[in-house]
Amino acid sequence: MNLPTQTRNARLVWAAVFALLVIAPFIGLYPIFMMKALCFAIFACAFNLLLGFTGLLSFGHAAFLGSAAYATGWLVRSAGWSPELGILVGVLLAAALGGVVGLIAIRRQGIYFAMITLAMAQMIYFVCLQMPFTGGEDGLQGVPRGKLFGLVPLNSDIAMYYLVLAVFVAVFLFILRIVHSPYGQVLKAIRENEPRAISLGYDVDRYKLLAFVLSTALAGLAGSLKTTVLGFATLTDVHWSLSGEVILMTLLGGLGTFAGPVVGAFTIIGLQNFLADRVGSWVTVIIGAIFVICVIAFRRGFVGELIAWQQRRKA
Amino acid sequence: MTEIFGIPIQAFMGQLMLGLVNGSFYAMLSLGLAVIFGLLGIVNFAHGALYMIGAYVAWFILEQFGLNYWFALVIAPIVVGALGVVIERTLLRHLYKLDPIYGLLLTFGLALIAEGIFREQFGVSGQSYPVPEALQGATNLGFMVLPNYRAWVVFASLLICLGTWVLIEKTRLGATLRAGTENPRLVQAFGINVPMMVMFTYAGGAALAAIAGVLAAPVIQVTPLMGSNLIIVVFAVVVIGGMGSILGSILTGLALGLVEGLTKVFYPEASSIVVFVVMAIVLMIRPAGLFGKEK
Repeated sequence: MNLPTQTRNARLVWAAVFALLVIAPFIGLYPIFMMKALCFAIFACAFNLLLGFTGLLSFGHAAFLGSAAYATGWLVRSAGWSPELGILVGVLLAAALGGVVGLIAIRRQGIYFAMITLAMAQMIYFVCLQMPFTGGEDGLQGVPRGKLFGLVPLNSDIAMYYLVLAVFVAVFLFILRIVHSPYGQVLKAIRENEPRAISLGYDVDRYKLLAFVLSTALAGLAGSLKTTVLGFATLTDVHWSLSGEVILMTLLGGLGTFAGPVVGAFTIIGLQNFLADRVGSWVTVIIGAIFVICVIAFRRGFVGELIAWQQRRKA
Repeated sequence: MTEIFGIPIQAFMGQLMLGLVNGSFYAMLSLGLAVIFGLLGIVNFAHGALYMIGAYVAWFILEQFGLNYWFALVIAPIVVGALGVVIERTLLRHLYKLDPIYGLLLTFGLALIAEGIFREQFGVSGQSYPVPEALQGATNLGFMVLPNYRAWVVFASLLICLGTWVLIEKTRLGATLRAGTENPRLVQAFGINVPMMVMFTYAGGAALAAIAGVLAAPVIQVTPLMGSNLIIVVFAVVVIGGMGSILGSILTGLALGLVEGLTKVFYPEASSIVVFVVMAIVLMIRPAGLFGKEK
């Protein structure tokens, strides 16, 4: 495999990026922005596990992020739970929903899979819209950060930041581990040639379902963490436009690469932050245009292009 | 008899009629999606946006030039069809050799662009479009009062759907089209300009969406978001019906509209999700869809 992790230069780059993330709060990078971007990086990595490494396009991933965000928000704010338990339940809920949606969606392949996940996610959106405890159009506001394990108060942005960073690194390493495991190799085989994988005796549906549940659980983790950081969960978190955005983050950064989704998430969140006060609702148009350009001319994404460039240079 | 299952028959029939109206839009849009997917292999996410643009064209030419509904029924499909030609020529044709997910993603991007531009220009709040004079009022059928416009929508869209069916299944042009769906290379070898055919197919599908938009304008608020809200339901309709058969998608569309209408009568809270529930059930029992063929 020609992954950047295996070259010495790439290791240096990884170390530098990690060091940068560790010192980020002290060199003037706005911690709320960094935390939000890291949460979406987790989300995009989870999505990439499915699209990049298994070849399944889920067009409804926001539903899992959003329902976990609501669950955690409600448990911590209205039921007075501690953040770690709230996050845990959020993740479990997202995984359970993922199990149900996955079971239905894997009945069809390819483009139908995308349409089914989109439709199921829209159903979850309408449920969130109507349930009394989600706060309807206003969403859940004023979720306290609380104390981690009853010990570490998360009110300070520094403490919160290191928690988010730790979770992000754990998720990143976890995905790295999955993809390089024998299980991950089977997923890759399914992506490359599903009929072949079936004929080799693999129970493809079980592998795909597990990948879907893992991915939705991690998407839920991103949502729960985001609610803890920002203190709210709203309908935006379950809306299909967010499902679209995570696809764009992954595509723009580099589909099927490890660093790609992280780069993509930081780019898109940064862009949205930068544009929000300047161009108003043109943001949607710009996001749409990036989508079109990416699909037409930039399908490898930033990291994918970088890897391709390195390989060309070696050859 | 004035009640049916404890519900006044007037209200019951009214909801059923409304369901049928919605069903006609589902039928027209899923028909267009199926035709485009058949020949281009692209799931056109922008279909909802094209429908929305059709409605806005109707509203715009009425406001600006005083051109009424009947003009809109002709002008909107031409404008949107031309837009379809531009989209196909400049963008979609680069994607035919790629995985179909890229087509979905590109048209998703187009839908975002269209929605953003219209939101910027016309705001999020809706514009109302008047019911044309000839179709105002209602007819008393004895058991219910039927608004004329609603009857017209169902009639007109059935006519258009059946017209499309005849065109594709019963004419020479349609035979070529179907052959192109099966094996474009062979059809090209017979001296038929397949790229041109593909272009007009996309334009035709877009025009169909625009007509649906014009028909919808007087019954709903014309808003930039009207398309994306509808397209996801239409996707579910397409999954339920299976994209294989044209009559199948028409029937499924109408039937699901009725199911939605019935749900509004008996359990209104579930009316926005009932189509998705039906989809889940159909997938568990018949994964290929009601009219689809297992590949």
